[in-house]
Amino acid sequence: MTAIIEVNRLNKTYGKDSVLKDVSFVVEQDKIYGLLGRNGAGKTTIMHLITAQLFPTSGELKVFGENPYENNRVLSRLCFIKESQKYPESFRIVDVMDVASAIYPNWDSDFAGQLIQDFRLPVKRRMKKLSRGMLSSVGIIVGLASRAPLTIFDEPYLGLDAVARNLFYERLIEDYAEHPRTVILSTHLIDEVSNMLEHVFVIDNGKILVDEEADDLRGKAYRAVGPAANVNAFTAGKNIVQRESVGGFMSVTVLGPLDGSERRQAETQGIEISPVSLQQLIVHLTNDQMNREVANI
Amino acid sequence: MGPIMDDGRPIFIQIAEKIEDDIIGEGLPEESQVPSTNQFASFYQINPATAAKGVNLLVDQGILYKKRGIGMFVTSGAREKLIEKRKEQFYEQYVITMIHEAKKLGITIDQLTDMVKRGDDV
Repeated sequence: MTAIIEVNRLNKTYGKDSVLKDVSFVVEQDKIYGLLGRNGAGKTTIMHLITAQLFPTSGELKVFGENPYENNRVLSRLCFIKESQKYPESFRIVDVMDVASAIYPNWDSDFAGQLIQDFRLPVKRRMKKLSRGMLSSVGIIVGLASRAPLTIFDEPYLGLDAVARNLFYERLIEDYAEHPRTVILSTHLIDEVSNMLEHVFVIDNGKILVDEEADDLRGKAYRAVGPAANVNAFTAGKNIVQRESVGGFMSVTVLGPLDGSERRQAETQGIEISPVSLQQLIVHLTNDQMNREVANI
Repeated sequence: MGPIMDDGRPIFIQIAEKIEDDIIGEGLPEESQVPSTNQFASFYQINPATAAKGVNLLVDQGILYKKRGIGMFVTSGAREKLIEKRKEQFYEQYVITMIHEAKKLGITIDQLTDMVKRGDDV
């Protein structure tokens, strides 16, 4: 596997504020990554460092094996679509596409044109007259049609409706299958994207909390619901990330494997076992009320 | 996202099971070509690498085989093999669970047998 991004003990501080603390990770070629976490966790800072828009306070950062700062060999191979991407107000959509075709070496005009139709965008309309959702669609089209070897989407769908978001996911998967490349998706809509991700990073409080293959994360946690006394006994000594009770009933979310005999044991005690989605798992892991220690999965 | 994926289990295993179901139901006859991993990926909106992992699981078990440059095909005898495997799972998954629930409700094995016969008439 070729490493596209290598980050080693990266720190970023603003005055006394430490935004990233000793962050290390590797991004491999031609995989789709999810960069997940709460607001202010440090996701955007990481993306700004990777795309050479911020300097790290300390630590090592290599993109395509090189330092990205003012390095055209690196920057020409990456496309970064920001949340609320800004465009010159007087530009029409066609102008944005023209500029993009000049910037990105792998730009595919036919694909861009197809996407403009799919998203039903008015090509002649100026940026200042576009709705928030339309502006987001423009960013998504640029990101997809750039076919950049490293494409980063930071929360690209402000104002985008469910139909358009779904269209984005469909086109991304189809085009990625035909033209594999490295994609980093940063989003809060975890349930919508979780099936597309091959690898997941969860950032919390400036630290990497989870760095795992998406399929390994599935089935990592389960919820046990049933009579409080039985649930307490069943989950005793297990790694509990969340506990709630209503009357005599209790719901406990447990991190860790569950084997067949435990499952049958739960059944005989009237405890119902249900799966926990990636989104729920991350909510539990990044919830301040819970003990952080449990996050060592 | 995507049709009929459940949360608890790895997606590649679910993909393998869907292909198995299709072979058992004869939607995918023996010696027929299986959709490509990219087709699976866009249909289920999953990562193509995950789809490939599911397909490869069945290749390892001899259920599917690869024709170089063409694609994946269903092996002759795959259906028989899968049905045998599923029969074993049937006991664990359905019979044991049913008996547990029956005992909880005070249903005897005789009553249970009667119920199964009655169910067969429906």
